[in-house]
Amino acid sequence: MTDLQKKKQQQKKYEQYVREITPVHSLPINMIRAFFTGGIICFLGQCILNFAKSRGADQEMAGSWCTLILILASVILTGLNLYPKIGKFGGAGALVPITGFANSVAASAIEFRAEGQVFGIGCKIFTIAGPVILYGIFSSWILGVIYYILKVIGVIA
Amino acid sequence: MDYFHAFWTGGLICALVQILLDRTKLMPGRVMVILVCTGSLLSALGIYRHFTDFAGAGASVPLLGFGQVLWEGMKKAIDQDGFMGLFTGGFQACAVGVSAALIFSYLASLIFRPRMKE
Amino acid sequence: MKSSKQLGNASLAFQTPVYIHSAASIVGKKEGEGPLSSAFDMICDDPMFGADTWEEAESTMQKEAASLAIGKAGLRPEDIRLLFAGDLLAQSMASSFGIAGLGIPFYGLFGACSTMGESLSLGAMTVAAGYGDHVLCATSSHFASAEKEFRFPLGYGNQRPLSASWTVTGSGACVLGAAPPSPAVLGHSDPLRRADTCAVITGITTGRLVDYGLKDSQNMGACMAPAASDTIERHLTDFERSPLFYDAIVTGDLGAIGQQILLDLLKEKGIDLTSVHRDCGLMIFDGNTQDTHAGGSGCGCAASVLCAELLPRIISGEWKRFLFVPTGALLSKVSFNEGDSVPGIAHAVVIERADAEKEG
Repeated sequence: MTDLQKKKQQQKKYEQYVREITPVHSLPINMIRAFFTGGIICFLGQCILNFAKSRGADQEMAGSWCTLILILASVILTGLNLYPKIGKFGGAGALVPITGFANSVAASAIEFRAEGQVFGIGCKIFTIAGPVILYGIFSSWILGVIYYILKVIGVIA
Repeated sequence: MDYFHAFWTGGLICALVQILLDRTKLMPGRVMVILVCTGSLLSALGIYRHFTDFAGAGASVPLLGFGQVLWEGMKKAIDQDGFMGLFTGGFQACAVGVSAALIFSYLASLIFRPRMKE
Repeated sequence: MKSSKQLGNASLAFQTPVYIHSAASIVGKKEGEGPLSSAFDMICDDPMFGADTWEEAESTMQKEAASLAIGKAGLRPEDIRLLFAGDLLAQSMASSFGIAGLGIPFYGLFGACSTMGESLSLGAMTVAAGYGDHVLCATSSHFASAEKEFRFPLGYGNQRPLSASWTVTGSGACVLGAAPPSPAVLGHSDPLRRADTCAVITGITTGRLVDYGLKDSQNMGACMAPAASDTIERHLTDFERSPLFYDAIVTGDLGAIGQQILLDLLKEKGIDLTSVHRDCGLMIFDGNTQDTHAGGSGCGCAASVLCAELLPRIISGEWKRFLFVPTGALLSKVSFNEGDSVPGIAHAVVIERADAEKEG
């Protein structure tokens, strides 16, 4: 066995050992918390959707209102330092909804203001949310290209 | 009834993602990216629409729904404008979410100061 | 006469001891609510320390701690020949913009959380070699500036794993001198110079990089424990000592998980540290009530605990000697993003009680 392989094996052994002794959060409890936190946020979203529809908005417009209001709420809660507490309690329940995306934008904007308007807020507002926008746009573009080609060659009407 | 469906489906998605967070070394940023990409893929395959019809906000509020919005905007733009739609659809579709997040956050940075974690 | 003797690969035994003239510690609110609450010189409730940014806050804190230590030693900044200081931020920003403003010739250090060990080692070598009558060693860390530098903006709602540690908002500074503290200063009310005893540095073992290939930056204890184990083992071999020679062997910020790994690793090598091992990260916070998970971490953790708790134990006579082993995880944001592992380092410093009158 070469030295490198031996070293790799030792590293693996150490990693295994560390994993064994490192305590982790209780998954069921965290899942329940995530369930309720995420559930409540989605429930509020549904309230906004239904309210907007009752005021005559169509499906798409109601969705836009829902997004807009949830984002506004999340940004305000981030500014008041309350969203981190929700995130700490709810884990994925606070991360997965659109409010988690807004939180990552607002937290960066507030934190990096000290570094200036352009290179501080301007650049770093995207530190966490940037990848979401990039890969969201890019993946839908790829799917769009496939869709476009299938359409041109007549597979899809 | 739609309130109830929104609650439990939204909660369920979050609970499942919690497994990803707790049992893999995936950082939150990666998880968000995975959700959005998965959302647009599931929508392109025509699966996610059924889910949104059933669960309403329970399916559209999670970032998977953001992916769905992106894909549907893309499809609509391609149907309307052909090739150029590939380059207008995405941003048009996510305009509300991204603009709102950026504008409100910028305003928030003017009002709020960074605070210590407790 | 030679002022020091080289032992082993990287150990030095100072023939004439290096005196610790004073020590000062400043911490933030959370640390001030911990078990060591009454030991710190100053607890600042304002996490911004009156400044506008986290980095300035840390600079202010470090400068205050340094000024306090100089004042306690009965000295002025002009009396200090050299300054060894560092922190966790990129390009050691907190030191460069704070403490360096004192006008003392300055060496900026980066040893991650092991920086206090690094600065004490270099300071002691300098004094022992006769290159400075008084030198100042200082480090700091700040929870918020460290979070911002290495993790997320503070307003971001994430969950910290149980293996994560809590960066201590704190700073510690020590003045080292070639001669014993003068009797006038000894009469001072400061506990560090009470009676006729003082604390001295009699030896060091410089750490080397130890990398077990771990990549989990949220489990620093496990990344650093192998380095601590390596340094302690080499130290004991070089000096031909057993762990029980010391009243305590105090690591910097291994935390609960790191401590267990360290004890296990050394046990494999036939060294039993169980009865003497302590960890600054476990001393500074109450793990049960303060929700800090694995314990405290950061340069400021080892530094403030050394100044506030460990050195006074030497002076009060509770301990005769201890081995101070701050541990550091040498990672940067870039190395983390590029998928590198997290190497650890640990520097050992022997601190003993000495009779000030006799030597003077």
